Amino acid sequence: MILVVVEYANGKVSKSTYEMVACARQLGREGPVAALVLGSGVANIASEVALVVGQVLVAENADLAQYDAELWSAAVAQIASEGEANTVLIGGSRSGREYSPRVAVKLDAPLLEDVISIVDADDTLTAERYTYLARVTEKVEANAPVIVVTVKQGAFTAAAPGNQVAEQFDVDLTLPQRRLQVTGKSTEKSSRIALTEADIVVSGGRGVGSAEGFVTLVEGLADQLGAAVGATRAIVDAGWRPYSEQVGQTGKTVQSKAYIAIGISGAVQHLSGMSKSKCIVAINKDADAPIFKIADYGIVGDVNQIVPAMIAELKK
Amino acid sequence: MKILTLVRQVLDAEESVRIRGGEVDLNGSKLVVDTMDEYGAEQSLRVRESSVDVEVIALAVGPERNQDALRTVLAIGADRAIHVMTDLTLDPISLSQVVAQIAQKENVELIFCGGQQSDWDSHALGAATAERLQWPQVTWTNGLEVHGQTLTGKHDAEDGSETFSVELPAVITTQQGLNEPRYPTVPNIMKAKKKELRVETLEQFQVEPKLKFLAVEVQVKARLHKILDGKDAPAAAAELVQLLRNEARVIT
Ligand SMILES: Cc1cc2nc3c(=O)[nH]c(=O)nc-3n(C[C@H](O)[C@H](O)[C@H](O)COP(=O)(O)OP(=O)(O)OC[C@H]3O[C@@H](n4cnc5c(N)ncnc54)[C@H](O)[C@@H]3O)c2cc1C
Ligand SMILES: Cc1cc2nc3c(=O)[nH]c(=O)nc-3n(C[C@H](O)[C@H](O)[C@H](O)COP(=O)(O)OP(=O)(O)OC[C@H]3O[C@@H](n4cnc5c(N)ncnc54)[C@H](O)[C@@H]3O)c2cc1C
Repeated sequence: MILVVVEYANGKVSKSTYEMVACARQLGREGPVAALVLGSGVANIASEVALVVGQVLVAENADLAQYDAELWSAAVAQIASEGEANTVLIGGSRSGREYSPRVAVKLDAPLLEDVISIVDADDTLTAERYTYLARVTEKVEANAPVIVVTVKQGAFTAAAPGNQVAEQFDVDLTLPQRRLQVTGKSTEKSSRIALTEADIVVSGGRGVGSAEGFVTLVEGLADQLGAAVGATRAIVDAGWRPYSEQVGQTGKTVQSKAYIAIGISGAVQHLSGMSKSKCIVAINKDADAPIFKIADYGIVGDVNQIVPAMIAELKK
Repeated sequence: MKILTLVRQVLDAEESVRIRGGEVDLNGSKLVVDTMDEYGAEQSLRVRESSVDVEVIALAVGPERNQDALRTVLAIGADRAIHVMTDLTLDPISLSQVVAQIAQKENVELIFCGGQQSDWDSHALGAATAERLQWPQVTWTNGLEVHGQTLTGKHDAEDGSETFSVELPAVITTQQGLNEPRYPTVPNIMKAKKKELRVETLEQFQVEPKLKFLAVEVQVKARLHKILDGKDAPAAAAELVQLLRNEARVIT
C-alpha cells in the first residue's frame, strides 16, 4: 500500500493532495494507493478524494479537529504499520514537514524530504531534492521496508479525478495527549487564491514604498490577473503584509507559471522560494538588482509609473 | 537547567555554490554559523540571563570545520561545547539518534535547533530528536519566554502565527525574528579558547545513515533576460503585457 495523507483547507482537498496522488501513481509500487483523511467533520473531504485513489481510510475523530504534530504523526504511523504501507507520502507543507520526521522515527524509516522527483527500481527509491537554498539539486537513495516521503508543492502535475469511486473505510486510532497548547491564532483570511496553488503570483518588496503602495500596485495588478499576492521578508518585518504571504527560505515556496516581482532586490533567501517558477518577471529601478539575473522579462523603471501603466494596459 | 543548542558551520548564503566530483566543494569559500542556529544560540543565552542556574551547551556533529562554529558560539557566551567529529554524512533521522543520546546523557531539558538548514534545506532534525526523546516540539518559533517549567511564545504555522504554551522538556526550532544575535567581541573570543570543547567519536552512538547520497548538481534554468527600458512607462508596460500574452503565454 502507498499511503497518501490528505491535505485539505477550508473544506476542500488541497492541490498538494492531487500532486501526491500523481506522485504515488507514477511510483507504481506494490499495492493500492490509499488516502488517509484525518480530522473532524471530514466526510466531504473523504468523498472528494475518493475520486482519485484506490481506497480511502477515514479517521473521523473529535481530537483531530485541530492539527498537532504529535497526534498527526501517531495517527499516520499507526495506519502505516497496520496497513503495511511500503511508502508514506506526506505534503511538503509547513505541517507536513513538521510531523513527517516523527513518523519516520516511529516507523524506523528513512525520510526523503521535499522531493521534486522520485523513482522506484528494485525496491530502492531514488529522489531528487533541492539543497543550498534551492540552488543545488541533490540525488538521494533509500532502501527500507517502509519509506516516508514529503512531496514538494508544485513539483508534480495534479492527478485528475476519474469515474471510479473508491471504497471508504473508517479507522480507529489510539492517540496521545496533546501537549503543545495553542493559546491564540492570528490567521489572515484572504479572499484571494492561495499562494501555493496559484498559476500567477504577484509579489512586492520594499520598492513598493509603503503598505498603501502594496495595495495599489501589487494587489491592483493581482486583481487584473486573478493572481495570488506574495511579499518579501523585509516588508513582512515592516508590518506592511502578513507572514502568510512571505515567499522565501523562511516563508512559502512557490512554483507558479508566472512570478511577477515588484520592487524586490532578489536576495538569495527570497530567490530560494520562487526561483523555480516557470516565467519570472521583474520590475525594479536598479538595472543591477540581482532579481534581473533570473528574470525572463523585466522593466528597469519606477514601479509607481510602470505598474499603473500595466494595470491600465490590461484593462484595455 | 541545561540547554543544548545545535550549531553547524555552513556556506555563507552570499557565496556561490561550486560542485566538484559530484559534491559541493567548500574549499576556499566563506563559511559561517548557520543563521538559523545563531537564533537558537542567542535564545539560550537569553534564557540563562533571565533565570538562575542555566548551563548552555553547544553541540555540533560533522566534519572538523564545525569547531569554528562551536568556538563562535562559545565566544558569544555558551558555557561549553561538544563536537562529535565525523566525515560521514548523516541524514537528519539518523543524526537525531546522536543528538537524543547526548541530550539524555547530559540531562538536558531544552534543545534549540535551526528551523531550516541553509545547506541541506532540511527541517527534520528538531522533530526527529523530539520524537526520539518523546518530547513535544515547537517549530518556526519567533518569540519565546520561560516561566519555571513552562514555555510560552509565538510561532509560525501553516497560515499565520499561533501563540503557544508547552511544558519542559521540549525541542524548539527557530525562525527569523526570534531575536537579534549578538556578535563575539575580541576579549570574549580569547576567553572562549579556554572554554571546554569536548571532541567525541561517532562510533559510540551506533548510528547507520538511512540515506545514501548519490550526486549533486547545479541546475540553472536558462532565462530569457528580455529587460526593457522603462523611461517611457506606458510603452514599456504595453510591450511587457504583449510579451507575456503572446510570447510567454502566461496571461490572457
Ligand atoms: C535567515 C534569513 C532568512 C530570510 N528569509 C527570507 C525569506 O523567506 N523571504 C525574503 O523575502 N527574505 C528573506 N530574508 C531577507 C533577505 O535577505 C532580504 O533582506 C529581503 O528579501 C529583501 O527584501 P526586498 O527585496 O523587499 O528589499 P530590498 O533588498 O531593500 O530591495 C528593494 C528593491 O526595490 C527597488 N526599488 C526601490 N524603490 C523602487 C521604485 N520606486 N521602483 C522600482 N524599484 C524600486 C530597489 O532597487 C531594491 O532592489 C532572510 C534573511 C535571512 C538572514
Ligand atoms: C555524493 C554526495 C552528495 C552530497 N550532497 C550534498 C548536498 O547536496 N548538500 C550537503 O550539505 N552535503 C552534501 N553532501 C555531503 C557534503 O559533501 C559534505 O560532506 C557534507 O556537507 C558534510 O558536511 P556538512 O557540513 O554537511 O557536515 P555536517 O552538516 O556538519 O554533518 C553531516 C550531517 O550532520 C548534520 N548536522 C551536523 N550537526 C548538526 C547540527 N548541530 N544541527 C543540524 N544538523 C547537523 C548535517 O546536516 C548532516 O546531516 C554530499 C556528499 C556526497 C558524497
